[in-house]
Amino acid sequence: MTNHWVDIKNADIILIMGGNAAEAHPCGFKWVTEAKAHNNAKLIVVDPRFNRSASVADLYAPIRTGTDIVFLGGVIKYLIDNNKVQHEYVKNYTDLSFIVHEDFDFDNGIFSGYNEESRHYDKSSWDYQLDEKGKVITDPSLRHPHCVYQLLKKHYDRYTPEMVARVCGTPIPKFLQVCELLASTHTPDRAGTILYALGWTQHSTGSQIIRTGAMVQLLLGNIGIAGGGMNALRGHSNIQGLTDLGLMSNLLPGYLTLPEESEQDFDQYIARRAPKPLRENQLSYWQNYKRFHTSLTKAWWGEHARQENNYLYDFLPKLDKPYDMLQVYELMNQGKMNGYICQGFNPLAAAPNKAKIIKSLSQLKFMVIMDPLVTETSEFWRNAGESNDVDSADIQTEVFRLPTSCFAEEDGTLVNSGRWLQWHWKAAEPPGEAKTDIEIMATLYQHIRQLYEQEGGTFAEPVTQLSWPYANPYAPTAEELAKELNGHALRDLTDNRGNVIRKAGEQLAGFGEMRDDGSTLGGCWLYAGSWTQEGNMMARRDSSDPTGIGQTLNWAWAWPANRRVMYNRASCDSQGEPFDPRRSLIHWNGSKWTGADVPDFKADEAPGGGMGPFIMNPEGVARFFARGGMAEGPFPTHYEPFETPLGYNPLFKDNDKATSNPAARLFDDDKAEFGKVGEFPYVGTTYRLTEHFHYWSKHVLLNSIIQPEQFVEIGAELAKELRIDQGDMVRVSSNRGYIKARAVVTKRIRGLDIDGKRVHHIGIPIHWGFVGVTQPGFLANTLTPSVGDGNSQTPEFKSFLVNVEKV
Amino acid sequence: MASEAMDIKRRSATTTPSPSVRQSPVQGGGVAKLIDTSQCIGCKACQVACMEWNDLRDEVGHNVGVYDNPADLTENTWTLMRFAEHEKDDGDLEWLIRKDGCMHCEDPGCLKACPAPGAIVQHANGIVDFNQEHCIGCGYCVTGCPFDVPRISKTDKKAYKCNLCVDRVSVGQEPACVKTCPTGAIVFGSKDDMKQHAAERIADLQSRGYDNAGLYDPDGVGGTHVMYVLHHADKPQLYSGLPKAPTISGIVSLWKGPAKPIGVAAMVLTALVGAAHYIRNRPSEVTEADEQAAEEERNG
Repeated sequence: MTNHWVDIKNADIILIMGGNAAEAHPCGFKWVTEAKAHNNAKLIVVDPRFNRSASVADLYAPIRTGTDIVFLGGVIKYLIDNNKVQHEYVKNYTDLSFIVHEDFDFDNGIFSGYNEESRHYDKSSWDYQLDEKGKVITDPSLRHPHCVYQLLKKHYDRYTPEMVARVCGTPIPKFLQVCELLASTHTPDRAGTILYALGWTQHSTGSQIIRTGAMVQLLLGNIGIAGGGMNALRGHSNIQGLTDLGLMSNLLPGYLTLPEESEQDFDQYIARRAPKPLRENQLSYWQNYKRFHTSLTKAWWGEHARQENNYLYDFLPKLDKPYDMLQVYELMNQGKMNGYICQGFNPLAAAPNKAKIIKSLSQLKFMVIMDPLVTETSEFWRNAGESNDVDSADIQTEVFRLPTSCFAEEDGTLVNSGRWLQWHWKAAEPPGEAKTDIEIMATLYQHIRQLYEQEGGTFAEPVTQLSWPYANPYAPTAEELAKELNGHALRDLTDNRGNVIRKAGEQLAGFGEMRDDGSTLGGCWLYAGSWTQEGNMMARRDSSDPTGIGQTLNWAWAWPANRRVMYNRASCDSQGEPFDPRRSLIHWNGSKWTGADVPDFKADEAPGGGMGPFIMNPEGVARFFARGGMAEGPFPTHYEPFETPLGYNPLFKDNDKATSNPAARLFDDDKAEFGKVGEFPYVGTTYRLTEHFHYWSKHVLLNSIIQPEQFVEIGAELAKELRIDQGDMVRVSSNRGYIKARAVVTKRIRGLDIDGKRVHHIGIPIHWGFVGVTQPGFLANTLTPSVGDGNSQTPEFKSFLVNVEKV
Repeated sequence: MASEAMDIKRRSATTTPSPSVRQSPVQGGGVAKLIDTSQCIGCKACQVACMEWNDLRDEVGHNVGVYDNPADLTENTWTLMRFAEHEKDDGDLEWLIRKDGCMHCEDPGCLKACPAPGAIVQHANGIVDFNQEHCIGCGYCVTGCPFDVPRISKTDKKAYKCNLCVDRVSVGQEPACVKTCPTGAIVFGSKDDMKQHAAERIADLQSRGYDNAGLYDPDGVGGTHVMYVLHHADKPQLYSGLPKAPTISGIVSLWKGPAKPIGVAAMVLTALVGAAHYIRNRPSEVTEADEQAAEEERNG
């Protein structure tokens, strides 16, 4: 979230799209209720199903899954055509006036630089035009045909309400009502927020859907203000912490990135990530990249990491390609990866195309499972009848199960969607032989290190030289790790007048104290400030809210720097006056920035100097034009799901290259398993229910009582056609397998008219499997295709093709 | 005597007066739970809280084609979310979700119908509670309830239903379902306060186009201590059959109303006949000789 849960109460308009907050985040949803009850907010829900969020919404609009870019592109066009734009905001705080490279082009669904064979773009034309000093060329009049504003306007010109109706199936009056409500927040005294979740991410165009939402928010001036923002509601308790700490295959802690194979040179690696400002007097905060990177490698390799060895840059892997989960199962499937430590993850249930996962896991020599619960993955080799019909004798994978504690059985911190790190204390001892994940990992590490030390091996040093300063090397404590993530000074730190500001050994107060000369250590720069010399900031529990807008700065701690609303400089006009004094986050008091939040800006930079509020971008402003940041283009464009019910892209009918995401990665075996609409005429989409949490709560009796048996949701119109009655057993199949479940026949899913064709959705809740105390069921991901978003590789769980028959 | 028992204002099948010495602490019309259907998201946290607080575990059942699970109220499920789909005249859909359970009527049909002395009591604060140790399992409370709430256990043949967490309320806590509700759709307090809160919610709903929003606190049962805010107060039946004008069943009313003197007269008559019978035919007494003869016959 750019903002945070409590801040939702400040919103005037709330759009839930690509998520179902009432269903999947019922506790956080209380702030939506609060906004409605006490801020007279209007709630809009856009979803293929009339869901639990819709049941309390002021306005519901249906949409075909996977067409959100058309809908949101239509909103962009509406806002521009009807002049519902926060002009002062977009003029000063976005790139609308920037002139784009003259070779940049977009033709019939494809951007300039496309290579069809490699499915990659040469992105060199996807950039601004720079002058001889390396600064962007702008046209404040916005008339230049190649300025971002004109290109944006042209790009979304085809996203008319008629096109929205034709592609999304949303009736035009409903679409226009949504537009009107959203547009009402373009004035400085009104705020609108967007709440989204996996309904946006789990598409082959997921990242671009989110970008389109952000562009709507920028046009309305809704980023950086109280009650505004782009708010990703995270799907797991601690998935935010996972991404913060870089547990993605291409990331390092704090969203630092692993080098690519071509980046063998340390200085070049740093320079590419520490861009010089593209305009005068911009902060371009990533210029500090080296400080964060150096502090990290000091935390990892301690005294071994020195200036003369580039702080052991050579120890970092250099990626030849992304190693996301889809890639990993592909490698197992090809027999190229044969050992797997599966920690806190149930891929047989959670990854797409179960049959492929079974094949992949069956080729492993060994698999280690670390989990508090029995998972389907740990029993993938067991024949569970029709729902897991494997031949156990054929599977030679040796499976080790290491039971772990769960969150309530350990001290530590969880990061919520609003980026708050909230410390928690152990409530009970783990049962039986269960140990914490930390103890298991540390013990494993000690054994591996000893083996390397005794027997040597290829490239042993990254392991043997690892810094391990914990009192009990077999069981580091949560406190020790949290302090290390925050970081401390290795030598006395001085300011530019020579005064000591931090003594050697003291905890850092924030990432501003980090140095690139090896004098500081810190495991995650974004967490600097969470455990300072004053103690554990994450354990604070003062709920006082002096301004009444939910800014409880002394409750826990938020990254970065305890800031609760990111980009909050944009809540003020260029003179430093809040756009909306009733919910002011910060203001310029004549000598510095201050207020209800920690300013997201240079604290003493007077307004009027032209420094932009988006300090992480070298241009200092927010981007409508993504430059080279995205795989499939600088402006989000609609592409059909890989399993499309149409077979063509209605925006670019005659160009089959542009049917589905032209830059998404496709493995040949996965491509061969895509189904076609003739055989699989309905659109499947998977989701969660309030009653369950993923594949865990089916082990819990109470949850199983209130939602006992697997079902799918079928619209009443289609059910009648197929002669399916309430509660009938049905078989839902895709080109990859089938599941059987009860039919919930409902008016909440309606057939949609898409380009002259009636399209029906089949709703598929995910929570059942072959372990647990619910009625046994089938893993929903038996059905889903193994293809991911072009940038994040998040699988396309939300749009695929199925058939349905009564059993 | 437990101090709570001194706050009982009515007992089933009891003619002796209720304790009345203690100064009643009840103010504001007693207690009330207000369920705002317009803020309810049907998450079922209330169902889970109810099961946890009251140590109830229903069976892991089956899906019968709807979201309501378990499929109905049972002796182990004292509250249940019921989901109803409603298509409005303009074609728009509504998903009306109602937390079902005991309404705690001011004039409780179950209590009136109950023939077992003290099996059903009404507390001074309005809570209607079942005392299972006195329950004879006759099921009259089921017939007497206009909301179809009590259920007879298959295990012990006694009647069960929500007791508004009387154990929590008597020590100043809100019912478990109220405490757990994540959206604040269920609130608890004095009935007067709840009516005031409802009025604010109704004003909000009316401002959003629900012209018939209103409070459900039906007169036919003397008002209830569980009330609903409904978007469509004119059509409560839309909410999975919430009765529009609930009243106590005619048979119960008859039984406890005009028929009662007749019944009492019948009982008096029966007693008189019995006495006369005793006077005329004294009990046959067994002599020692008879006992001895019987003993011999058995051994012989």
